[in-house]
Order: sequence, then structure tokens, then C-alpha cells
Amino acid sequence: MNALRRNVLKGAAGAGTVAVAVAAGLLKPTQALAGVPRSAFEAKNVGDALKNMGANAPADSKDISIKAPDIAENGAVVPVEVTSGIAGTTAIAILAEKNATPLVADFSLSGGAEGYVSTRIKMGQTSLVRAVVTAGGKSYTAAKEVKVTIGGCGG
Amino acid sequence: MAEPMRIRATMAGDVADVKVLMNHPMETGLRKDAKTGQLIPAHYITDVTATVNGTKVLDAGLSGGISKNPYLGFRVKGPKKGDKVVVNWADNKGDKNSAEAIIG
Repeated sequence: MNALRRNVLKGAAGAGTVAVAVAAGLLKPTQALAGVPRSAFEAKNVGDALKNMGANAPADSKDISIKAPDIAENGAVVPVEVTSGIAGTTAIAILAEKNATPLVADFSLSGGAEGYVSTRIKMGQTSLVRAVVTAGGKSYTAAKEVKVTIGGCGG
Repeated sequence: MAEPMRIRATMAGDVADVKVLMNHPMETGLRKDAKTGQLIPAHYITDVTATVNGTKVLDAGLSGGISKNPYLGFRVKGPKKGDKVVVNWADNKGDKNSAEAIIG
């Protein structure tokens, strides 16, 4: 009787451990899916976002071009195009510096993908749009100011 | 079920120009409902991956800072006409969608 009870308890504890391990394991693939940890997307300022991305003090580069409007009438839809002329570009991240969470998107490029991405972002207010390019394990950056007349992040 | 997604892929020289249009509300979780004053829960695409003939070319992480009905453009060197592009996305609520197109 006692022995059985012990076994049941042991079994329950064992199952619990497995469940925890699975839960911990399940968290990993989501983080590994993109090049940048999700914590970088939750950072509230540019410095923290860059730190969480692992891009400390990226060097300014003239080989990155950002195509975005000088004045965006509607901050909810701001077209942004980033072209990197740096050889061996493996990732491009886009940040809107004054957004509540500056990191907007991160693109990991492979398999022949060129150093180019084009998308549409939301901007809460006039700020710099920053591109951070990773090439050969190093980070490079460039920025362009976009003036926003109607913010796209408010209610 | 998620709305369909549109992909257009065309060759320009030896580079494939791929344009993807996804249907998604992309709620940041910071916006308030104008009528009730309640915050609208966050609902946005977090991951987008793209493959050309089975080779991964793009692995993107997105946030609510991407506009509603996200547009994504990228270029891939090497593929030929008739090659297959597959795009997958997943959002923060576990919703997923996939679409494919032939490079023309």
C-alpha cells in the first residue's frame, strides 16, 4: 500500500518534470525562429533594442540606403525600403526610433536573398527611421528622418 | 481561418523580385477602442518565412509596428522562371497561414 503510494507520487513528480521540460523546450523554437530574440521587440528604447539584438554600437555606413518619404501624411502606413550595398549582408532590421517599441522588424536573409527589403511601417510621431544591417558578424547602420503629420500608433 | 495572402514573383535579370501581401489586422495592443475606451488586445504577425524551391531565403521577425495588411518585398538571386516560392506566417495568437506562387 505504502509502496504503491510512493510510486504514484514519484510518477506524478516525474510527469510534472517532463511537462516543465516540454514547456521550456517549446519556448526555444519560437525564439530561434527569427534571428532576433523577441525581447528586442519589447524594448522601449533604441539602445535597449540594439542591445537585445546583439548589435552594440553599430558603425555608420554610407552603403545602406533607406527609401522612405520625407513627410508621411499618415503615420499608420509609411513605406520603407532598405537596400544594403554591403557584401555578405545576412540581416536587415528596421527601427522607428520614437515608437513605443522601436524595433519594427528584423529580416534574416539567406539562400541568395539580396540585401534588400521593402515594407510598410507604423510611426507614432516624427522620428528617425533606422536600418541596422548585419554583414560578416558586424553591425552597420544608417538613418533617415521621416516627418509624420498624423500618428499611426494612437487611438 | 485566416484570410488569403497574395504573392507576386517576377524575374528581373537573374534576380527574382518577390512581393507579398498578407491580410492581418496587426493590432499593437496599445490602441484603444473608440467606443468602449478598452485597449484592443495585441494581434499581429510575429514570424514570416519564405523559401524558394525549398531553400530558406527569408526569416523575418515582425512587431505590431508593421502596418495593417503587411506588405513585404524582397529579392533573391539565382532562381529561374517556374521556381516555387512559399511564404508562411504565424501570429501571436497561434494563427498561421501559408501561400505559394510560381516565379513568372
